[in-house]
Amino acid sequence: MQCNKCENPAVIELQHAPLCKTHFINYFETKVFKTINKFKLIDRKDNICVATSGGKDSLTVLYLTKKYMQKYQIKTNIFALAVDEGIEDYREHTLKDLQDFCKDQNIELKIVSNKQEFNTTLDEAYTISKYLKKKPCNVCGVWRRYILNKYSKKYGATKLVTGHNLDDEAQVIIMNIFKANTALAGRIGPISGTQKSEFFVQRVKPLYMCSDKEVRLYTFLKGFKVKYSECPYSKEGYRHQIQEMLNNFESKYKGTKQGIINSFLDLLPNLKEQEQIINHCENCGEAASSKLCNACKIKCDLDNA
Amino acid sequence: MKINYENKDSTIKFTGNVKQLLKQLNINEETVLVIKDNQVLTTDIQLEDKDTIQILSVISGG
Repeated sequence: MQCNKCENPAVIELQHAPLCKTHFINYFETKVFKTINKFKLIDRKDNICVATSGGKDSLTVLYLTKKYMQKYQIKTNIFALAVDEGIEDYREHTLKDLQDFCKDQNIELKIVSNKQEFNTTLDEAYTISKYLKKKPCNVCGVWRRYILNKYSKKYGATKLVTGHNLDDEAQVIIMNIFKANTALAGRIGPISGTQKSEFFVQRVKPLYMCSDKEVRLYTFLKGFKVKYSECPYSKEGYRHQIQEMLNNFESKYKGTKQGIINSFLDLLPNLKEQEQIINHCENCGEAASSKLCNACKIKCDLDNA
Repeated sequence: MKINYENKDSTIKFTGNVKQLLKQLNINEETVLVIKDNQVLTTDIQLEDKDTIQILSVISGG
């Protein structure tokens, strides 16, 4: 198959056309920069914290956020922040790749662990959480978001860039619809959070319009080292089943995931009206929708189990 | 044909295009990149039994 724009062989068949390596890289980077501009994800005065794990999405978003700042001569600070959940034989490998990448790219990397913040690794929490019938992905997700928000704020960031991509977002939209969580749905989108708050560093998603396949292809063509490694808990999640369902649909009906995103963006202004008031947690002082934040609720449950 | 998929090696008898290979292996084409000689292949590319293929998962590990 030939590229739609030149005579070179195609590396991907997009919905609109096949593209070769050079034209795909150009298309991909342009799409990310357009997303940042269209949704006003980065302001010239923003200090940027990029949430990183060492996976394909976070390496790509870290690299392209820095490239965007250079292109538009944004001189403010950019640094990477990673969470070490304490998942043996998994996270230590991806963190090593991340450390090497940040060194190559000359970007400062800060690492915070669940152990130092909650005195419990995810492996330890998992053993207890089984008794409480909590999914490990719930514990991991709540604690990760807590650490990213708290430490990006602590280190002076005004925006938290994440590597969430089109697949991630389409999965969450469908999960929220299946579980009738319309109030939660209002908090997602290219800029997370329904309101500006002193408790929250706004989370922004430059890869919002890029699929898993496009991001993985970009990292391969750019020569970023991304090893295949799978979190030992990932197949336990509800999300995994949604992901399979959407990929089955996408292979039969091209454009399904993009359709979900476009429909959601049309509905988002209405969903944002349902926002909840943000309080502060009585235990730790961070953002909470009730007396305790979700991170402290989980910690209390585990301590009392 | 020698295949490396998700860090595991295997050998199968196969001749056909990439789309047919993925169908035979029961892999959804949305979830992988297929590589030969460090080049990414589209689904129409013909393969031979002597080829060595790498299949990369595009899905993040969580």
